[in-house]
Amino acid sequence: MQKITKDILIDKSIELLSSGKVNRVLGWKNGEFDYDVTPYVFKTEEEIKNDFVFNGFSGANFSKYLVKETLKSEEKVLVFLKPCDTYSFNQLLTENRFARERVYAVGIPCEGMADISKIKALTDEAISKISFEGDSIKVDTLYEGEFTLKCEDVLLERCVNCKSKKHVAYDELIGEDGEVIDSHRFDQVEELERMTEDERFLFWQNELSRCIRCNACRDVCPACTCEKCVFDNPESSLNNKAISDSFEEKMFHIIRAFHVAGRCTDCGECSRVCPQNIPLHLLNRKFIKDINSFYGDYQAGEEKGARAPVVNFTFDDIEPGEAVKRGDGDNA
Amino acid sequence: MQRIGVFVCWCGTNIAGTVDVEAVSEALKNEPGVVFSTNYQYMCSQAGQDMIINACKEHKLTGFVVCSCSPRMHEATFRKTAQAAGINPYMIEIANIREQCSWIHKDMKEGTEKAIILGKAAIAKVNLNSSLTPGESPVTKRALVIGGGIAGIQTALDIADAGFKVDIVETKPTIGGKMAQLDKTFPTLDCAACILTPKMVEVAQHENIRIFSYSEVEEVKGFVGNFDVKIKKKARYVKEDICTGCGLCTEKCPMKNVPNEFNLGMDNRRAIYIPFAQAVPKVATIDPNACNMLKNGKCGVCAKVCAAGAIDYTQKDEIIEEKYGAIVAATGFNPISMDKFDEYAYNQSKDVITSLEFERLTNAAGPSAGKLLRPSDGKHPHKIVFVQCVGSRCDSCAHKGKEYCSKICCMYTAKHAMLTRDKYPDTEVYVFYIDVRTPGKNFDEFYRRAVEEYGVHYIKGMVGKIMPEGDKLIVQASDLIDNKQIKIDADLVVLAAAIEPDKSARPLATMLTASMDTNDFFTEAHPKLKPVESPTAGVFLSGACQGPKDIPETVSQAGAAAAKVIGLLAKDKLVGNPCVAHSDEMMCNGCSMCANVCPYGAITYEDKEFRMPDRTTRIRRVAVVNEAVCQGCGACTVTCPSGAMDLKGFMNKQIIAEVDAICK
Repeated sequence: MQKITKDILIDKSIELLSSGKVNRVLGWKNGEFDYDVTPYVFKTEEEIKNDFVFNGFSGANFSKYLVKETLKSEEKVLVFLKPCDTYSFNQLLTENRFARERVYAVGIPCEGMADISKIKALTDEAISKISFEGDSIKVDTLYEGEFTLKCEDVLLERCVNCKSKKHVAYDELIGEDGEVIDSHRFDQVEELERMTEDERFLFWQNELSRCIRCNACRDVCPACTCEKCVFDNPESSLNNKAISDSFEEKMFHIIRAFHVAGRCTDCGECSRVCPQNIPLHLLNRKFIKDINSFYGDYQAGEEKGARAPVVNFTFDDIEPGEAVKRGDGDNA
Repeated sequence: MQRIGVFVCWCGTNIAGTVDVEAVSEALKNEPGVVFSTNYQYMCSQAGQDMIINACKEHKLTGFVVCSCSPRMHEATFRKTAQAAGINPYMIEIANIREQCSWIHKDMKEGTEKAIILGKAAIAKVNLNSSLTPGESPVTKRALVIGGGIAGIQTALDIADAGFKVDIVETKPTIGGKMAQLDKTFPTLDCAACILTPKMVEVAQHENIRIFSYSEVEEVKGFVGNFDVKIKKKARYVKEDICTGCGLCTEKCPMKNVPNEFNLGMDNRRAIYIPFAQAVPKVATIDPNACNMLKNGKCGVCAKVCAAGAIDYTQKDEIIEEKYGAIVAATGFNPISMDKFDEYAYNQSKDVITSLEFERLTNAAGPSAGKLLRPSDGKHPHKIVFVQCVGSRCDSCAHKGKEYCSKICCMYTAKHAMLTRDKYPDTEVYVFYIDVRTPGKNFDEFYRRAVEEYGVHYIKGMVGKIMPEGDKLIVQASDLIDNKQIKIDADLVVLAAAIEPDKSARPLATMLTASMDTNDFFTEAHPKLKPVESPTAGVFLSGACQGPKDIPETVSQAGAAAAKVIGLLAKDKLVGNPCVAHSDEMMCNGCSMCANVCPYGAITYEDKEFRMPDRTTRIRRVAVVNEAVCQGCGACTVTCPSGAMDLKGFMNKQIIAEVDAICK
């Protein structure tokens, strides 16, 4: 599924570690099953040689991990960033969330990551082994036997709608850099916009009612790095840990979408980690699409230090009344 | 626990007419924290206030809610009442049950229900109020007047005469503005220059006034009493303090074909020029777009002929930084562009002119030395048609004109018509009008003189089309009184173009955080009671930037604005607003978004050392609010992603408590 192998990354890690350029490596390690590859901070060559993995399940965006990781030591941490991760990386730098000088960022190419939910749907819940071979995936299941799937059929939603193969920040690049892609990521948002208000309400009610308030979306989101989240703050009056009514289950996600508006890089981690498969990225994309149409195209994280349209003022900004009018137009 | 009092005002029948005040005070009695509730005819009266003070003492109130008119009217009154009763003035809230309730409801039941809800919201807020103490800030005793027309001149003179320093910033090379371009002034027909230029000279000579001509306001920071302003003094390539204004350079400059903006492009000036004879400062200016020396490095004639050695081709724009206590906007107006009015053939025929161009044509210092000649062939026109309301009072033509009345056109058109008939009795003069509006001292008499004594033909009706035909202009119009279509073969047509605020007003309003209406006129703080104050403290309005005005009105408003500025500058200290932003540094992420949106530059960042729960120390970047600079607009609080930024007196939890109380 990936053109580069874990060996290249292992070699790079050991090279930087042994030269003393970095003293730890933020990478991926196998979990309980082949498909739950987990972020891990490697500190020794030994660990790296034994446990480092990189495959179609190395989806995790490491940018957010840097917020805490850079506080632990003054020495540099090596981080591997896929193109989409570099947008989050820049956005966090824009918001002064970690010290750039404590990070050594290596950009790595990405061919798209696999979605375990799609694989399970096409095969079986009980998967015993998964291996990647070129453009196909071999899946062994406990009860249904073996399957061979095409990678392109099981891509993560965000990879189907990949917006860029270009790295916007790095110290070093492995392989060649790609280009920004003309993606169709707003197609589904437009479909929602075409619905009547009632249809749309039902759509979201159906999706959001599955939320179990595990907070995984919040915890993984690189835009959610507040010292204290409003949902954890007893002073904020929003801090219920569990869903108490149907109103709140919607409000949690809508409030979160508002909080990350103009800062969300559309990395799609929220949807990737959601155990209930709620298409959370759609809420964020609606915001991104609206910001683009109101204030001109803007991609959060594309440029370090850029002022997002919602926290900026220019003489070309549309009048608030016009925004409301266009908003009404969308509903009609 | 708070002990809250509720005082429901009848406001005579203003509130009591559509709200059952008895029911409101009864219903609010049982709200959490309320220990006393009553109603009275006029809470703002002395008797009403005494009632509050007594209740505060008797029931040991810690705060109270007044259900009455808008806080804009009497919040200050009741804050003082609280203080008199020994309660912190910020422990009170106003529930607006007049403007937001009784005045907009007709049904008593609905009105009462809503008044109770508004009362509950205010009570919920008071429950979370805490005592606030305002800070004080000093006042810089210097005023800035932006615009050097008659409005700016008069304001500056009045402030300066009271003993305060004033700076005038004018974008043109000279002060004087539109009035300097006029010929005569209605209704007395004094010559505009004769009454304006003495004032211009007075400004130039006044020890308290500095003029920054050919300059623009670049940046405004700070707040009432303490504005920090950057003024860009554009390079005029002439040393102002050395130039004697002899004008030799303006005669010798070989670039002869630069359109003269002072005469609205009807004649030419040189690349180096003095706008008009009485210009203040009387200093030459080089037009960098026309000067061959500045463009190609060839020429240098002006430097050669200048005996004083004032020419400096290397001059650069200069930024002047100054502190001011008050700012007056006096940016004035311009006639609107006639480009979109194809029906009047303005762009097709040189003999269709605007009224301001007519002023220059009849002015002795104008392109024709005061002789009324047609711009096309220099012949004397024998039939002149004046068209009023061109772009004014446009209902159907709002896309190219203005919906408002430009106010001055009826009078100046009467003036033009009368003067033409007086000077050239052989000329026939027609005026087409929708209505003739002459409210003003001696205005109607003036207009009637034009009709009755001078025989000007006033025709009620609008001109539909003007067609150039040979050396004539065929004016097609309707006469509404005789109910017929008419055609006039005119020699000259004068369009009374609508006026609009100067284009510099909108960016200036943004810098000043002053509000504007949809037509880009500055908005006054109150249409009746605060007509010269902008809603932004320390910013005042003078002249046509606030709305169309004639000269007498402009001068009186300019004086009024000056009086307000003097009142402000006379104070040594200003009491601030304690409702300012405050950052909870334990929650601050250091993301800088609050600092980015703060229009006052009140937020800075500091690296602070924190002891963390795990006993480590951490250096964190956190926001710090300068309370003297913060104006409490709240932009930071809604931007802050973590909710670390909060506004004292309007805390997020207070607002949520209000919303909860309303939604319950």
